[in-house]
Amino acid sequence: MVSAALAPAALPPGMALSVERVSHGFVLQDELLPVLQDIALDIEPGEFVALLGPSGCGKSTLLRLIAGLEPPRGGRILADGLPITGPDPSRVVVFQDPTLYPWRTVWDNVALGLEARGILKSQRHRVDQALELVGLARFASALPHQLSGGMAQRAALARALVNDPRLLILDEPLGKLDSLTRLTMQGELVSLWQRAGFTALMVTHDIEEALFLATRVIVFSDRPARIVEELRVDRPYPRHRDDPELVRLRQRILERLGLGGSW
Amino acid sequence: MAHATSSAGLPALELGQAPGRIDPVLLLAGLAWAGAAALTLLWPNATDDWAFTEELAYLAAAAAAVLALAGLLPRAPGLARLRRAGPWFLVLGIGLAVWEIATAKLDLLPRPFFAPPQELLTVYIDDWPRLVECVLASLGLLVTGYLLGAVTGFVTGLGLGWSRLVGYWVHPVLRLIGPLPPVAWLPVAFFTFPSSWAASVFLIALATFVPVTILTWSGVASVNSAYYDIARTLGAKNRFLVLKVAVPAAMPHVYVGLFMGMAASFAVLVVAEMMGVKAGLGWYLQWALGWAAYGNMYAALLITALMCSSLVTLLFKVRDRHLAWQKGMLKW
Repeated sequence: MVSAALAPAALPPGMALSVERVSHGFVLQDELLPVLQDIALDIEPGEFVALLGPSGCGKSTLLRLIAGLEPPRGGRILADGLPITGPDPSRVVVFQDPTLYPWRTVWDNVALGLEARGILKSQRHRVDQALELVGLARFASALPHQLSGGMAQRAALARALVNDPRLLILDEPLGKLDSLTRLTMQGELVSLWQRAGFTALMVTHDIEEALFLATRVIVFSDRPARIVEELRVDRPYPRHRDDPELVRLRQRILERLGLGGSW
Repeated sequence: MAHATSSAGLPALELGQAPGRIDPVLLLAGLAWAGAAALTLLWPNATDDWAFTEELAYLAAAAAAVLALAGLLPRAPGLARLRRAGPWFLVLGIGLAVWEIATAKLDLLPRPFFAPPQELLTVYIDDWPRLVECVLASLGLLVTGYLLGAVTGFVTGLGLGWSRLVGYWVHPVLRLIGPLPPVAWLPVAFFTFPSSWAASVFLIALATFVPVTILTWSGVASVNSAYYDIARTLGAKNRFLVLKVAVPAAMPHVYVGLFMGMAASFAVLVVAEMMGVKAGLGWYLQWALGWAAYGNMYAALLITALMCSSLVTLLFKVRDRHLAWQKGMLKW
């Protein structure tokens, strides 16, 4: 396992990821329910890849496998050429629910990763920096139940970023936010990614969001998920939502998902 | 000149506002206590000449004076709580008067089962060294057993929630002995242990152990699994998952177990002291009953109630401090 702290300096800030013929499923009432089927995917260091597909198709399962929370039933996943055997702080997940620990202050929540690895004492300034980065410096001593939805998700983002991840895994992180907060945070995510240079992998069911953020959009089929389309989004940042190229790509994705006539 | 009077009139108006006014309820309470004092002193006792009748009257009169003074001086600091308890003082004063009339003055209740208030006063004045000794003995027994049971219960519950092996061996045992009232062990405990004190500690510990174990276990089992996922992706090892995720997340459940365990430990304490231990409040109650000293019994009962309720209050205080992060969430 390559952890961020031990990685040789020569490695780029972003992680290379290769998903090799991964299949996965769950056992439900003694029957195997296939969820992922023969997924193959190569991600270059520093890419921002969006996974798009109908809900319940298995995108989030793929993220859990990449995070190392479960081993795949078939195939393998390589991070920087080495097989993933478990979770590692170089691959951090931000979930749809912020799942902050309610008994910890915002500061202590953000400090979680450093504390778990026993390096908090020497690295306390990184917690302050991460809070600064997401604009929560003034709420360091607040408790999670005092935060709004957007603030809680920002705290969850800071909790991930404080570990200097080389791969940031985003599981519909903006899915439960109101649309205005969502637009603001989309812009913030892009600039964080551009500044830090990590590889980003995001599951979303919002086509516009995928096109606004990602350098590449992967479209999944219904369960068991297969990749049905890969689109390179070759537009400079910051992007504009009414860019004709993005509008064209959106139309193509909708057609691929069988919703072509609805827009 | 008109200007001066109007500005002088303002503070006077403020003085007339609710917090500054004379408190009629406290005054009425003072009156009730004064009445109880007067009838105690002036109305001759029916049969016996109960000892400490005069002293009881003076005590009631002192209470009446304090209440009346508090009613007249509502601005004095620290009286907010007294004022809130005003209706209670009123009812208690009336209650004291009724109790005094029904027992000492008219002998309406069968004797010797119902003691007049001055009889309790007699017990507290004559027998206080023994009562203090009993309270200390009971507290020593209770605290030792409770802490022992709470700690082992917490650790066992954690083990049950965390380790399959612990679950395999402990769960059936818990299923078997959990529903058994701890008092059922009494005979076995008294001849197995070298002293009745050790046996009682064991029984109190057992009574505390069962609910604390079960609630800690259910607390650990109901921790949101996403909490573990988060910690694991951030590099947490098992030790961190137990101590920094499972334990704090389970604490609200653990406290429910601690409260249930405390209630159970009170029951066992009193029974154990009545059956075998030669000290403590339970023993005092039994001894008083044996001598038909009902005044002593009521006096000890009151002290036992105060002791138990103080311990519960203490646990509430600890809980509220420890779980302050729950503020705003539903608390029972």
